[in-house]
Amino acid sequence: MKSLGSIRRSFAPWNDPNAKPYIRFENVTKRFGEFTAVNDLTLTIFEREFFALLGASGCGKSTLLRMLAGFEEPTSGRILLDGQDLRGIPPYRRPVNMMFQSYALFPHMTVEKNIAFGLKQEGMPAADIARRVAEMLKLVKLEQFAKRKPHQLSGGQRQRVALARSVAKRPKVLLLDEPLGALDKKLREETQFELMDLQQELGLTFVVVTHDQEEAMTMADRIAIMDKGQVMQVATPAEVYEAPTSRFVAGFVGNINMFEGKVADRQANTVRITGPSGAEITVENAGDAAAGADVAFAIRPEKIRVSSKRPADAVNALQGEVYDIAYLGDMTVYHVRLGDGQIVRASSLNAQRVTEDPLTWSDSAWVSFRPDAGVVLTR
Amino acid sequence: MNQTWSRFNVTSVFLGLAFLYLPIVLLVIYSFNESKLVTVWGGFSTKWYGSLFQNQGLMDAAWVTIRVGLLSATVATVLGTMAALALTRYTRFRGRMLFSGMVFAPLVMPDVITGLSLLLLFVAVGFDRGFVTVTLAHITLTMCFVAVVVQSRLLTFDRSLEEAAMDLGATPVKTFFQVTLPVILPAIVSGWMLAFTLSLDDLVIASFASGPGATTLPMKIYSQVRLGVTPEINAACTILIGIVAAGVIVASVFNKRREVQRLRDEQAAQRG
Repeated sequence: MKSLGSIRRSFAPWNDPNAKPYIRFENVTKRFGEFTAVNDLTLTIFEREFFALLGASGCGKSTLLRMLAGFEEPTSGRILLDGQDLRGIPPYRRPVNMMFQSYALFPHMTVEKNIAFGLKQEGMPAADIARRVAEMLKLVKLEQFAKRKPHQLSGGQRQRVALARSVAKRPKVLLLDEPLGALDKKLREETQFELMDLQQELGLTFVVVTHDQEEAMTMADRIAIMDKGQVMQVATPAEVYEAPTSRFVAGFVGNINMFEGKVADRQANTVRITGPSGAEITVENAGDAAAGADVAFAIRPEKIRVSSKRPADAVNALQGEVYDIAYLGDMTVYHVRLGDGQIVRASSLNAQRVTEDPLTWSDSAWVSFRPDAGVVLTR
Repeated sequence: MNQTWSRFNVTSVFLGLAFLYLPIVLLVIYSFNESKLVTVWGGFSTKWYGSLFQNQGLMDAAWVTIRVGLLSATVATVLGTMAALALTRYTRFRGRMLFSGMVFAPLVMPDVITGLSLLLLFVAVGFDRGFVTVTLAHITLTMCFVAVVVQSRLLTFDRSLEEAAMDLGATPVKTFFQVTLPVILPAIVSGWMLAFTLSLDDLVIASFASGPGATTLPMKIYSQVRLGVTPEINAACTILIGIVAAGVIVASVFNKRREVQRLRDEQAAQRG
């Protein structure tokens, strides 16, 4: 058997120009009265993809999911599923199922009956329903809870019943609305991996809505980062983290340092950026930044080195003083205040038990980084 | 919290209970009176209970009351539930405020006005007053109470349950009967019971809306009292009190047990 890792590694239909889109939002707009929840959004999701919609509350991600499920109709634009236009198809005739944030388990039915509900609506023969329900219970490891009612289950068990119920009909697409939102941290981490395994095992397309970036990074093949009803970037977790395309995405995912400045000159792919205080940075991957443009240079804390002296080989080095230190065990986070008052956050892994170059509060310090360690953002 | 019983507390509890129950206790005691005179104790007897069941007029009235109660409570429950659904589900239709105001106005409308206006209506359209008109009048009276009870349940109803049902392939009609209705059923049942009780003890509206051959028990008792209270009436009232008390006790014990069971289940589930 192929390991899950090797399947995942070779899975990248978004890089294949001939790959057929499975779910497609085309110029979809949704307005509620004066409020525009989704604004002219176009997005493609591929078959068997684990796709995450990530954004703060009110960014339109849940509306997008609800339009796919059929609870809302787009004001304009269209949604295609496997080539079929979904307009006008009511939720009970769509080949998608949803796992609700509140789980929405039917309180008057046992676990078994909850899972069988969708199959009954299909008119499946009783024997087949029993077989499928048993299979689902086994899948979520709840065999001995079949006769219980939802209020007799713990939070984690309820979550698994909701999951079993939503995959019991073998939908083309499973929609998950904040699936782990109601679980505590430890359970959430375990369940993330369970969900990933389940998705591989069933071969379904998952679309998950979440506001938790760690959750999205862990589980998803690709992430769409949304803001104000629009998609800001769609990319793999690594791309989103290492190559954000806008200030918003860079600031939204993880910690980042942002240096605003102007492009002084550009040679091939290398630019020199001058900050307001005259500090100069050389960056190799310039993107589309032209000379004279206002840009931001964004760099992650772990790609910045902090030292008491200017490293001899450093292309980019800025001087400041240690403003704050947070020792976290596995790493130490330094806040260094530069001459112009900007605080730079740098984290260094504590690979040794004793640091050779100890820095303490108010020490003079240099922050340095390689020319390819960050990205230049024009948007 | 202070758990000791001060003299003041004891007195106020005693006075309060006496105020509420002394008349009822007297009524019950005198229903076992041997004497024909209600206010003179003539020894213990159950003979008035025997003669009560021989009194064809009272028995007929009781039978009318029960039929009116069952029918009007049932129709009022259906209509009240529909009104409550409309009010909670379609929050943005034109004239919603007016509609909800009109549904709930009878709650505070004096019975005399409701009764009189119904009487005028029945006369105007030329309805013969009798069983049908009393039932209609009681539907009018009790529907809004059902609507209030059901609406308060619907306000806390998790709409995602219905969405989940539809998502799993149930049409809106199936969703209503397989998910919504079972979940709000306890509220509908208590709405029905409230409507039934209101119909049982209504005197004012029934007096206006009723006609010959459809005398309800409260009307019968009231008209007999005007000719002088007989211990038979005391006996009839004692039986009514007994039925109502039994109903209330059974319902509350049942509720309490379910509550305790639910709490226990939830604690067990939390422990894993």
